[in-house]
Amino acid sequence: MGKPPKRKNLADKVRKTKTATEIKNNPFEVKINRKKFDVLGRKSKHDVGLPGVSRSKAISKRKETLLKEYKQKNKSNKLIDRRLGEYDSKMAPEDKILQRFTIERQRVHEKRDIYNLNEEEELTHYGQSLAEIEKFNDAVGSDDESEEKGLLSAELTASHFGGGGGLLRKKSGEDQQEEQSGQKTKSRQELIEELIQKSKQEKRERQVQKEEAQELTEKLDQEWKSIQALMVKKAPKNSEQADKLEEKPKPEEYDMIVRELGFEMKAQPSEKMKTPEELAREEEEKLKKLEADRLRRMMGDEGGENVQSQVHMSADDLNDGFDLDQHDKKTLSYQDGKWNIAEETEDDKEEEEEGSDAEEEDDDDGDDDDDDEEEEQQEEGSSEDEEGHSDLESEQDSEDEESKQDDQGSSSKQQRSLSREELKAQQEAAKAELPYTFTAPESYQDLKDLLHGHTPDNQRLIVARTQKCNHPSLAAGNKAKLQKLVGFLMEYMGELATRSPPELCTVDKLIPELYALCQMFPEAACQAMQSILRDAAHSMEEVIEVKGHAAFPTLDMLVYLKVAALLFPTSDFRHPVTTPALLYISQTLTKCPVRSLQDLTSGLVLCCLAVEYVSFSKRFLPELINFLSGTLQVAVQDEASGRMAVPPFRPSGKHCDLLVLSNSESCRNWSKKNLPLSATQQMELKSDLDRDHYRLNCLSTCLDLVKRCCLLYKDLISFMHIFQPIRTLLSKHLSSQTLPNPLQELHREILEAISSAPVTHTRLVFEKKKPIPLKLLTPKIVEVLDYGKKRGSSREERERERLKHKYKKEFKGALREIRKDSRFLAREKLNEVMNRDAERKRKVRELIGSLATQEGEWKALKRRKRK
Amino acid sequence: MAPSKKRNVSSKPRAKEDKTDLLGMVDRLLESRKHANDVFDILESLQSDKDKDVICAINACCKLFCTLLERKDLFIGKLPGEDEALNGEHSAEEKYKIFMRHRYNNCVEMMLEHLNHETHEVKENALCCLMKFAAGQGKHPLEDLDWSEHFSFPRELIQAVVQSLLSQTSDSSLMISRFQEFLDMEDVRYYVMSSIRANVATVMEKNKGAVLPVYQGNVFTLMSNLNMPSQDSELTNFMVKQEAKHEDWKAAKLHEHKRAFERMWLGFLKYKLPNSMYKKVLVILHDSILPHMSKPTLMIDFLTAAYDVGGAISLLALNGLFVLIHQHNLDYPDFYKKLYNLLEPSVFHVKYTARFFHLANLFLSSSHLPVYLVAAFAKRLARLALTAPPTALLIVLPFIYNLIRRHPSARVLIHKPSSENELLEDPYVMEEEDPALCHALESSLWEIKTLQKHYHPDVAKAAMLINTPLSEQEDDIDELLEMTAFELMERDLKPSSNQSVPMEFEIATHLLKGGGEVLGQHFCLV
Repeated sequence: MGKPPKRKNLADKVRKTKTATEIKNNPFEVKINRKKFDVLGRKSKHDVGLPGVSRSKAISKRKETLLKEYKQKNKSNKLIDRRLGEYDSKMAPEDKILQRFTIERQRVHEKRDIYNLNEEEELTHYGQSLAEIEKFNDAVGSDDESEEKGLLSAELTASHFGGGGGLLRKKSGEDQQEEQSGQKTKSRQELIEELIQKSKQEKRERQVQKEEAQELTEKLDQEWKSIQALMVKKAPKNSEQADKLEEKPKPEEYDMIVRELGFEMKAQPSEKMKTPEELAREEEEKLKKLEADRLRRMMGDEGGENVQSQVHMSADDLNDGFDLDQHDKKTLSYQDGKWNIAEETEDDKEEEEEGSDAEEEDDDDGDDDDDDEEEEQQEEGSSEDEEGHSDLESEQDSEDEESKQDDQGSSSKQQRSLSREELKAQQEAAKAELPYTFTAPESYQDLKDLLHGHTPDNQRLIVARTQKCNHPSLAAGNKAKLQKLVGFLMEYMGELATRSPPELCTVDKLIPELYALCQMFPEAACQAMQSILRDAAHSMEEVIEVKGHAAFPTLDMLVYLKVAALLFPTSDFRHPVTTPALLYISQTLTKCPVRSLQDLTSGLVLCCLAVEYVSFSKRFLPELINFLSGTLQVAVQDEASGRMAVPPFRPSGKHCDLLVLSNSESCRNWSKKNLPLSATQQMELKSDLDRDHYRLNCLSTCLDLVKRCCLLYKDLISFMHIFQPIRTLLSKHLSSQTLPNPLQELHREILEAISSAPVTHTRLVFEKKKPIPLKLLTPKIVEVLDYGKKRGSSREERERERLKHKYKKEFKGALREIRKDSRFLAREKLNEVMNRDAERKRKVRELIGSLATQEGEWKALKRRKRK
Repeated sequence: MAPSKKRNVSSKPRAKEDKTDLLGMVDRLLESRKHANDVFDILESLQSDKDKDVICAINACCKLFCTLLERKDLFIGKLPGEDEALNGEHSAEEKYKIFMRHRYNNCVEMMLEHLNHETHEVKENALCCLMKFAAGQGKHPLEDLDWSEHFSFPRELIQAVVQSLLSQTSDSSLMISRFQEFLDMEDVRYYVMSSIRANVATVMEKNKGAVLPVYQGNVFTLMSNLNMPSQDSELTNFMVKQEAKHEDWKAAKLHEHKRAFERMWLGFLKYKLPNSMYKKVLVILHDSILPHMSKPTLMIDFLTAAYDVGGAISLLALNGLFVLIHQHNLDYPDFYKKLYNLLEPSVFHVKYTARFFHLANLFLSSSHLPVYLVAAFAKRLARLALTAPPTALLIVLPFIYNLIRRHPSARVLIHKPSSENELLEDPYVMEEEDPALCHALESSLWEIKTLQKHYHPDVAKAAMLINTPLSEQEDDIDELLEMTAFELMERDLKPSSNQSVPMEFEIATHLLKGGGEVLGQHFCLV
């Protein structure tokens, strides 16, 4: 029992005496941890262990802490060593002694030498004065030029060339090492000389460098000036300033220029100008994407509808000061080959000076923009000249109409007697008077009041400005306000259409605004349109319930249906607005009997709308064909033509010859004219000739629609059967001889289209099903790419796992430590006991020995006595 | 009349007191016979111009004569002429009774006239009063019972009331609905039925079978308001209780009721009816007429005639025919052929589409029908579907599918793989009236393929079903029958759940532009 600790102690002793490298190289000390996998590039800390070293470390540590505690156990008093640096392990023992000595000396001085002025005790070491040794030590220590290169302060030079004050502080570990290595080879004197030489050389070098740098800057300055002169030519303002700057004799010329450059507008990286081709391509790509989306919806794919938020700029953004993303910093821009900045600043100044004029300027801008827009529109329309003309006409007409209205209306300010120019001028004036901000209308009445008495163009401006002023990003409640505005605008359009005469031009003008608004709030627009449709359908349903048929919808409803087609995609397989709208159209086309030419016009408008609704998706609309064939029947002269009428038309009755011409001669001087939409409400046809012309117009519209339908539906399998009634009507009953030439043409085209359709088809079969694969029973193999890492868990879980693992490790470690501690303590106790026992044995032996001697002595004495 | 004149002269300021006075007069009259002549005053105010006076007078008369009837103060038996009675040797008592009986008769006549008064209130009061008289008369008969087979029921009075209700000139549906409360009484109903029959017979004979819309309308309203009992035990509510021989009374026997009912209807339907009347009759025929007839098969003539009329009327006649075929073992030749010919484009547009398809579904539910017939129906319906509105399409498509499901051999209509690549023209002959000859079985339902491009998503989806084999389970058509276009629309108008609304991306600039510019090409704004 007593042996192992002894041996260990011996080993420890050996270890202590040996250096670290010696231990490491000793194969008996080293334990190599075997690695299972060799991972390239991974540095492992624990491939080699030194169990002996670590054990002896642990033991010594325990001796310092645990053993002390154990020894102190049950003891209430303590011995504290208050000698200087006793517990400071960092301090070298020599230092300790030295410092203690100095303190001792000081204490003696304080007490004894207050009055002893001359006495100076010189301390020596190996025969040399201690103070001198310290001096030179420190001078060597401040050799590190690398740190303070280029700094030539008085402090530094002092420290280099004499003056040993404060040098103790500057001593660093590095210096000490250097000292230790370099000390022995060179003598102190040499070192110092070398040092001085070095520093002087460096100083010279620095001076040379500085001169060179100065030269370079001067050169640069001159070059800059030459460039500046060039720039001066481009910007006169700048040059003036520069001249002034030059004229002034001032020391900080350079600083001025630098600062100027700093404050100068920097050319920010703007997006590069795109070539027209690029723009076009981009636009095309965007459209392609939207188109693909539309096709997907048309096919009725429900899944994966990604929410697309269209950031839409109003089609006619006015830029009238309500620009939302206005940047304070202006980008560098060129105008007519000159810099823009100067002018801008001038403008700014002007604005500051005469702030009142600003409004007018803005107004001008707005007008300009308006003009631009009109141009754009015309450009858009230029593909079809007709359209453009009609547009112009309608504008003029609207003006006319407006002037008329003003005459009639109570709030008339203009008089008809004024010439056109004057009128225009007045309008311009009125336009200029339009305020630039509008509060969003809270109720429908507000909107009406707001728009009352303005020209269509102005109404549109007002709506646009209202929209701008109340953009959702400007204030919290604006979104709701604008959403309400959507509903009000729709209501207003309906009202415009119901007025007599209907103000459809105004509706036309308001369309872009409504479109822009609706793009912002699809939900609100959808709801508004849905409620309109629901009300209309509901009232029609009620009428049908009672009477079995209903009257054709009024003009406002027709306008709503058209607006719905403009705002929402008509080609979707199912859409919350357009599907009901189409259903409504079909319902009206079946349930509303045709009793007059107005009804027929309404029906034809609805047919046009229906064709527009299905023009893209090419969906089959039976009601449309029914109505068109019914319309054609109405134009057939002879009663006995075996009519096969589908409701709402009847095979016989008083409205059966609605489109039959009263006089066959009237088609001679007929030419196609566009029917006004208001003809669905009222029309005045005085003479029979007018009426006949109107009939021919209707008939031509009808035939054109039939032709369009033929083209739309020519891919349907039952095309022949769908168009059979129309074909028989056209070929047998409505002979082309009685029709005017354009209609004959249409007639012929339709018949050709119908007869050219394929008659034969393949039989119907079910779609081929994909064979259902057999169940696979082979195991599923999953590739594991990173071992050891737990995948598929969230970050928190991973963190928790990590902490758990750490806790476990720590717990185990702590347990191990405690065990070791207790083992250590037990060993110590055992040691104690053993020591005590040995002592006792020794003592007993001693005693016994002494007793034995005593006995022996006594026996010898006795023997001697006997003798 | 002399006393009345005197009285008239003497009572000039009577006008205002009239209302209170009349009732007082009635009281006096009832108190003693001295004031018997006041009855003339009451009768005279019955003819007043003012509605209020007339109503007062009616009430007064009602009270007066009901009391008199109760007291048996009216002459019973065969009434002698007035003059003759006064001169003849009757006791004063009898003379009074005879006098009063004559006044009562006058009163009834005037009341009957009032049934055609302009004011509804007058009519109503008169009607109530007459019915009270009838009740009183039933209780205290004015005739000798022995020779009357009608026991103590005031048959003539009811007949007269019915006659004036069935006006030939004005619509009296309001009065008839008022009269309905009395029709709940079994005996009244019985006698009303027989009087209607008599009345119709005489009136129509007189007009030589010509159509009289107003009159026939009135008759129909009255007849359709008759609620027939279904069991003997329900006959409990009588206006007049017969003391003796109640069991033998015809009005107390259900089969007599049924016979009267049957004869009434047959008598009515014998004559030519206006078209709307045909429809009305046919609509109620199967559930309120046929079950109450003793021999429903007698209706066969009417129904076959109606079935041959064509159009909506034929559709409606189907229902009655079905009841007869189904419950009364009627054999109707060429029934399916006729049904097949009923299928016209208008089938989808009339009001009775739902009813028609309900019945057609029943007729074609038999699995014993030949395949050619089923195929013909399916093909024809498919062809007609090309002109049908979406609500009808949502019925027709499942209907066709059900036909194919029931008759698996008809599956060739939607699946005929053997001749896959050959092109052929549709062999189906739409004009052929005989389903056996129309070659439907050789055709395919290309029309449904066409409808896959229908604009309404639900229809298109329904049409898509033919792309794959149909499921075994039949679709329940009855759920779809009553759907209206508005309901269909409502489905889409419901606020969609958190789904964003797609918007048109083409920027709208003008009202007439966009969407192919069809509208803009034909119409202008002003």
